[in-house]
Amino acid sequence: MFGLLEIEDLHVSIGGRMVLKGINLKIDRGENHALFGPNGCGKTTLLNTIAGVPRYVVERGRILFKGKDITHMSMDERARMGIGIAFQSPPAIRGLKLKDLIKLCNPEANPEKVLKEMNFLEFADREVNRGFSGGEIKRSEMAQLLAQRPELVMLDEPDSGVDLENIKLIGRAINKLTEKDTKPSKRIRSGIIITHFGHILDYISVDKAHVMLEGTIVCTGSPREILEQIKTRGYEGCARCLCPT
Amino acid sequence: MSDIAERARKALGKKATYGPDVDLEKYDVEAKPHEEIQRLEEIPEDVRKAALGVGVTLEKEVGGAYIQMDQTPVVARSSTEGIEVLDIATALKKYDGLRDYWWKLVPVDQDKYTADVALHPPAGYFLRAKRGAKTIFPLKSCLYLGQTNLNQRVHNIIIAEEGSELHVITGCTTPSHVQRGLHLGVSEFFIKKGAHVSFTMIHNWGREVEVRPRTAIYMEEGATLSNNYICLTPAKTLQTYPKAILDGKGAVASFNTVLYAKEGHLDTGSEVVLRAPGCSADSITRAVSVGGEIITRGKMVGEVPDVKAHLECVGLILSEKGRIDSIPELDGRCGGLDMSHEAAVGKISELELEYLMARGLTKDQATGVIVRGFLDVEIKGLPESLREELRRITQLQELHGGA
Ligand SMILES: Nc1ncnc2c1ncn2[C@@H]1O[C@H](COP(=O)(O)OP(=O)(O)O)[C@@H](O)[C@H]1O
Ligand SMILES: [Mg+2]
Repeated sequence: MFGLLEIEDLHVSIGGRMVLKGINLKIDRGENHALFGPNGCGKTTLLNTIAGVPRYVVERGRILFKGKDITHMSMDERARMGIGIAFQSPPAIRGLKLKDLIKLCNPEANPEKVLKEMNFLEFADREVNRGFSGGEIKRSEMAQLLAQRPELVMLDEPDSGVDLENIKLIGRAINKLTEKDTKPSKRIRSGIIITHFGHILDYISVDKAHVMLEGTIVCTGSPREILEQIKTRGYEGCARCLCPT
Repeated sequence: MSDIAERARKALGKKATYGPDVDLEKYDVEAKPHEEIQRLEEIPEDVRKAALGVGVTLEKEVGGAYIQMDQTPVVARSSTEGIEVLDIATALKKYDGLRDYWWKLVPVDQDKYTADVALHPPAGYFLRAKRGAKTIFPLKSCLYLGQTNLNQRVHNIIIAEEGSELHVITGCTTPSHVQRGLHLGVSEFFIKKGAHVSFTMIHNWGREVEVRPRTAIYMEEGATLSNNYICLTPAKTLQTYPKAILDGKGAVASFNTVLYAKEGHLDTGSEVVLRAPGCSADSITRAVSVGGEIITRGKMVGEVPDVKAHLECVGLILSEKGRIDSIPELDGRCGGLDMSHEAAVGKISELELEYLMARGLTKDQATGVIVRGFLDVEIKGLPESLREELRRITQLQELHGGA
């Protein structure tokens, strides 16, 4: 049986510099993964490469989604296959209203409904991300994903810049996107989330966590345990692999 | 009158400062006459359809209408108290040659085009808001060039008397079967003390049409103007450079221009002279070239202290062949004024494209969405109904990315 997403020996460069150096990762249907790692280690690079952003050049290895090799597929094809991403820092788009973008994500979606879920209705007529604060951008991204309903939900720091009250809301949206109220054996959607703070993990459940250092995954295990180790020993500890075995 | 004719005759060979020279001989002078139209329902389907394409819906919310087919005014009427809509020949008769207005702003000998207009029987509209009168619904006018290879000449006079408010939308258009022709349009605006005018012009020409509008605007104390020009379909050559003179304290003028050129040559711009303290002006241009050539000029002249002026031009070139040449000019002639400009010409942002593609839009769809958003300028001073109309126009067009 194929996992929903399988990554084999992935090497990726940006502007001629190798950033990812041999990533292997498998995400099964219904699973939720967390990705930890210090600034600049390549977390965003990994998600954007999966999404198909052309700046990120795959030098070696491949990406399979639903058993199909998507390594060289265009971004929009991947999106239509069921890959969705909340960007770490998306651009603003002049003259495009948020509610209209939500319609573009999915013509069947009800913009009012998804915006309400993110407590974001008053931004419906605002131009996408223009003048939004950090936390507002995150809510805008989540609303778009709620409309899009991807099978693989990739979240790049969805909690950074978000106040405590809205973190709860974002947590709830993530649970919805990853079908937390469906029996585990019946879930078909999966998630991968990048976060620096454990706080969001109080609201969502994560099955596996990975630690990334300098473009490779150095450790995989239970999210709570890994987070605990990072808190006490820092990424420095991961580098020397100080976890009890 | 004879003095005007005299000066015009002398200028018949005078080339314009800007724009490729047009050989007037190539175009027909004789226009087939049309019948006057009694009821709006009788407007021929062709005209109605073409009018719709330039934002002139004639069914609803019309404060007044003027329709000219070729050289014949077929409709000229007002349905608003205090607002006059006449064809210009009638107005000249009624008001003793419009002596204070006729050729008072646009020099008759400016170039061969003004001269040519002056030397032929006048057609065009006369719009006047009487003192304190206000249009609730905009006046709608359509200048329709339906005869192939005609030289269509128009001379308009617009007067907003003290404290009045006038909203006008003018569509200039050719039906789809007419590709070749020439349109010469002289317009003179008088915006008196405390009056407000919004004037929106939408052009939709055939590919071989040449266009030379000649516009001048005079503004008194406290007058405001929102002047909007939209051209989304190609003309062979088009050159326009309206001039506004802000002559009274606190007059405010705002120019918005939206251009989309698939082919052809557009040379547009405006000159604003700020002649009294407290005056301000801004000019915003959004230009997209997908192969056409666009020159956008903007000139602000500050003659006295305590005036403010801002020019802005942003251009997108979406193909290999296009050209956008932005020429901003600021001429400050004394101390104590505040003038600025801002210009950027470039390609569509990759980041924005990728963002939309990550939501499942193809590259072409994403380009269309970004371009439409880019062209959707927030236009100040327009009534909501017109705003909607404009949005409809910019969203209607099939806007493409480059090859
Ligand atoms: N456009 C780019 N050009 C060159 N280097 C880049 C670019 N984007 C990211 N990088 C570099 O790639 C590395 C990984 O970046 P990123 O994946 O964003 O890290 P993370 O998300 O883990 O903080 C960093 O060293 C970063 O500076
Ligand atoms: Mg990052």
